[in-house]
Amino acid sequence: MKKNDVILQTVTNVVAFMIILFSLQVFFSGHYHPGGGFIGGLMTSGAIVLLLLAYDIKTVASIIPIDYKILIGIGLFFAVGTGAGSLFFNVPFLTHAFNHFDLPLLGETSLHTAVLFDTGVYLVVIGVTMTIIQTIGESE
Amino acid sequence: MINLLILPIIIPLFTAIFLIFLTKYVMVQRWVSTISLLGTISSAFILLHTVHQDGIQTLNLGSWPAPFGITLVSDMLSALLVTTASVIALCCLIYSFKSIGEGRERYYYYAVFQFLLVGINGAFTTGDIFNLFVFFEVMLMSSYVLLVIGGTKIQLRESIKYILVNVISSALFVITVAYLYSVVGSLNMADISVRISQIHQPGIITVIAILFLIVFGLKGAIFPLYFWLPGSYYAPPAPILAMFGALLTKVGVYSILRTYTLFFYHDPGYTHQILGVLAVLTIIAGIIGAIAFWDVKKIIIYNIIIAVGVITFGISVMTKESLTGSVFYLIHDMIMKAALFLLVGIITTIAGTSNLRKISGLIKFYPALGWIFFIASLSLAGIPPLSGFVGKLLIVKGGFEEHQYVGAAVVLMSSLFVLYSVIKIFLNGFWGKPLDELKDSRAPIKMMIAPAAFLLAIAIFYGLGSEYVYSYISQASDVLTNPAIYIDAVLKE
Repeated sequence: MKKNDVILQTVTNVVAFMIILFSLQVFFSGHYHPGGGFIGGLMTSGAIVLLLLAYDIKTVASIIPIDYKILIGIGLFFAVGTGAGSLFFNVPFLTHAFNHFDLPLLGETSLHTAVLFDTGVYLVVIGVTMTIIQTIGESE
Repeated sequence: MINLLILPIIIPLFTAIFLIFLTKYVMVQRWVSTISLLGTISSAFILLHTVHQDGIQTLNLGSWPAPFGITLVSDMLSALLVTTASVIALCCLIYSFKSIGEGRERYYYYAVFQFLLVGINGAFTTGDIFNLFVFFEVMLMSSYVLLVIGGTKIQLRESIKYILVNVISSALFVITVAYLYSVVGSLNMADISVRISQIHQPGIITVIAILFLIVFGLKGAIFPLYFWLPGSYYAPPAPILAMFGALLTKVGVYSILRTYTLFFYHDPGYTHQILGVLAVLTIIAGIIGAIAFWDVKKIIIYNIIIAVGVITFGISVMTKESLTGSVFYLIHDMIMKAALFLLVGIITTIAGTSNLRKISGLIKFYPALGWIFFIASLSLAGIPPLSGFVGKLLIVKGGFEEHQYVGAAVVLMSSLFVLYSVIKIFLNGFWGKPLDELKDSRAPIKMMIAPAAFLLAIAIFYGLGSEYVYSYISQASDVLTNPAIYIDAVLKE
């Protein structure tokens, strides 16, 4: 009997989108409120896992054509590169800097290099979680 | 440049990240990792020179002042160890080109290798007790991967044991740091030392000292806690084994050395006596194993345990002389163990087995290998012009001066048994009637013997030039006998 998961798939299409939005919200508010790269990354990969549950691995791989192992590398590069950027200014490793910018639409915003570091964490967490889940899922 | 002392950590870190993208291209990986290790070594030597000229180097990460942020501290001891570790890593890397096999190389071998070096160099350099834990974990997780990579049956079985033991000891490490933090309220090592001397090491601090001894003893394999080591180190292939045998246990020994000279020096009658007794028992346990086995790998593995015992005995005596001896012996042992494991790897490749009873007459076809192994054996045992001599001499002298006759005598005796155990390999494996199958199977060992010979050349230089090396080592042991130098350099009072 062919099973029918129309309800699951329809709900997933809506909910996965909302989870990703929420995870981005948590990620960007990490400096002033609870949240940050780790929990944001876990929630984003939670959304992808929901897609994996509703569809199968091949479909999800064609929706999101990312090699998660490469994503780990990119994330690490972000995190370490932010720290190493301080080498060029001859200040100790991992020294961060911030300033206020007047951005179009957003108005005055403070941008901090710690966000770049956090982006690295975010990408590594997604990469590691999805690599673990995919390799276990694919192996027979 | 103020970031000099972090270069031996971030150069391998960047390389490891870079290598993640290159797993398919084996030749590129080899070149990239060799070049980056050469860079690591040169930065380590520049750091060594700077510390020798200008004293202890510190770096407050993120520009936060000393007790509040993470501080990296490079005194002479850590600079020496970082340099030694990087040189050994280069030799093991070149050795693995010919021996590790393409299957492993395509599965992130070189990336994980670099991560292992990140962990080791970081653990030697950090000045923060929790950061030490983090670097321990970086090192251990890389070692889990290196132990299991390849996926043979013995590797799977032994890595389960190894991971189990290390997970438990890491949990204990966290608990111990939590205790220490609840008592002194700081994680910066220099600050901890100040606060412990302010409260004159009450009973709870002594308990924490013993807990640290258990934690680092599990990592560094001292007497009742060495049970995991012989089996686990038997499993991986030679270059990985050489990295483990030369560097991993020594990080544990370094941590004992650091904590027992910087934190817990107020009540040596209790803590250091226990350390001394355990050290002597470690030597004896190692000797029993080294003599008992007829397996070339096992013999050298038990020699690690003997060396750990000798070094910790030097720490437990706590005089300037014995600590200098310990540092001397620590560096000698790192180099020699790496060289011996590489040589043993070549022997097992040629003979196809590590059972000593099935190997004989290698010297007829491989004379260079034979004599290199012979000199390495003498050096390991500490025959005078070679490298093991000065360290052991100082440890024994320090032991006798502090009236610890039993311990010093055991250290002296251990040389004899070490010599017996390695010469047993030489006599049975290299002399005797050549095996028939050796005649036509000439294994290509040139690329493999070169790094081992290079390490041995360093060891010979280290022994012959000990007068020159001594000025560096005594600068290292100055900090160990007088923690105020370390504290002043970090807290800048």
